Amino acid sequence: MIIHHPTLGPRDSAEFVYLGDASLINRPDPTAETKAQDFHDYAYLRDNPAGPIRELWFHEGGDRSWLVVTRDTTTHEITAVEFARDVARKQGRSV
Amino acid sequence: MRYSGLKVIKEALTGHKGWTPAWRDPEPKPSYDFVIIGGGGHGLATAYYLSKIYGERSVAVIEKGWIGGGNVGRNTTIIRSNYLLDGNEPFYEFSLKLWEGLEQDFNYNAMISQRGIMNLIHSDAQRDAFIRRGNAMILNGADAELLDEDQIRAEYPFLNFNDARFPIKGGLAQRRGGTVRHDAVAWGYARGADSNGVDIIQNCEVTGFRIENGTCLGVETSKGFIGAGKVAACVAGSSGRLMAKAGMRLPIESHVLQAFVSEGLKPVLPGVITFGAGHFYVSQSDKGGLVFGGDLDGYNSYAQRGNLPVVEDVCEGGMAIMPMIGRARLLRMWGGIMDMSMDGSPIIDRTHIDGLYFNGGWCYGGFKATPASGYTYAHLLAKDEPHPTATAYRFDRFEKGRMIDEKGMGNQPNLH
Repeated sequence: MIIHHPTLGPRDSAEFVYLGDASLINRPDPTAETKAQDFHDYAYLRDNPAGPIRELWFHEGGDRSWLVVTRDTTTHEITAVEFARDVARKQGRSV
Repeated sequence: MRYSGLKVIKEALTGHKGWTPAWRDPEPKPSYDFVIIGGGGHGLATAYYLSKIYGERSVAVIEKGWIGGGNVGRNTTIIRSNYLLDGNEPFYEFSLKLWEGLEQDFNYNAMISQRGIMNLIHSDAQRDAFIRRGNAMILNGADAELLDEDQIRAEYPFLNFNDARFPIKGGLAQRRGGTVRHDAVAWGYARGADSNGVDIIQNCEVTGFRIENGTCLGVETSKGFIGAGKVAACVAGSSGRLMAKAGMRLPIESHVLQAFVSEGLKPVLPGVITFGAGHFYVSQSDKGGLVFGGDLDGYNSYAQRGNLPVVEDVCEGGMAIMPMIGRARLLRMWGGIMDMSMDGSPIIDRTHIDGLYFNGGWCYGGFKATPASGYTYAHLLAKDEPHPTATAYRFDRFEKGRMIDEKGMGNQPNLH
């Protein structure tokens, strides 16, 4: 698989480390009433769809950036690649 | 019809006109006491033991495609019980004992061959770890044998003992491990279940669950609604997809694992060997092909095919311990979809929905577990309590901190 890095261009996926579902950006509120359940769900449960999925890849063999890659799990086709920090900023998760 | 040597001779002399289909092809009834979703090894084994051991007669197995067309036909056919942890080892040893009597039990030739499995040791630290594992196996009634370099040389003289980086220093053998003809496992269980009255319904896809007031009443399928006292999901690889129809999120990701077969060779490899410094394992099929595999590709996938970096990695592992493998040509390679759980161990449990049960999360250890998975799942379905060897495989173990993490990798499914 080739991942089209936003600044480095087409890169072999073997240069990357895979973390998994991009929902891992959305760390729960540790002060919420339901924090134990929230963190259990965050750490252990996954949507695991057959079809498009947004997922986190780390460019370990390159610029060490975190990317959010949109990929189809039934075809391995990649349709979008963004910096994870841009995604997080848009959601107000990061400054 | 009971198969026997006598029957084969009789049929040979009378033109093979007396053979009948190994199982029926029934239309679904309006309802059953038990509906098992998934006609793979585990689902068919569940139906077999549910009808045979627990005496249930109103059982259906529904399968989206044809039976045995999923992972039971895509694995590398190895059976073993060389686990370390208490939650796992009694279960896998129970499974190996069931394998040992399986062919007589279901009257079908599954070509079970206890040719032994050997895990190679490459360092002192690894020897310590394998001694510990071997002791854990023996404590749970399994067999384990620590071998030194000379003993391995006597059995496998062609291995690369003097590799500069990963010399072979010994091995941990389980002599009762081996290989099985995997398709015959599905067929044998299907035939056995069918003869006990289980309806095996193929080309019948589950499109949804009928759930009212927290109780599952049956399944919506491509052949209409089928009512059920208990619905048993058994679709490892597609668990995430299926259980999403019941609104459940699982501690599971689906990943692709590749496997490989070389061209047919004369007998060169008497047993199963595994590389201790990378991820590579190999055996030789009765047809002569070297059957081998290694790591997951490492990303979520339902595609049943992988990519080339893992092909290279697996073949490098093979070359590291068994350089002669480089002279064999690769004949076929394929991918199967694994339910990779958060701790590398399976789940056999009730769900929070009454009447809906779950069996999955087998990672890439599902084939060897087939008999015990079916037996313990049947026990859970029939008695509503877990079988003594499967008490640890619960949904709530992540919440309660009772993970069964053989590799100590944490909640990162692609590393198990």
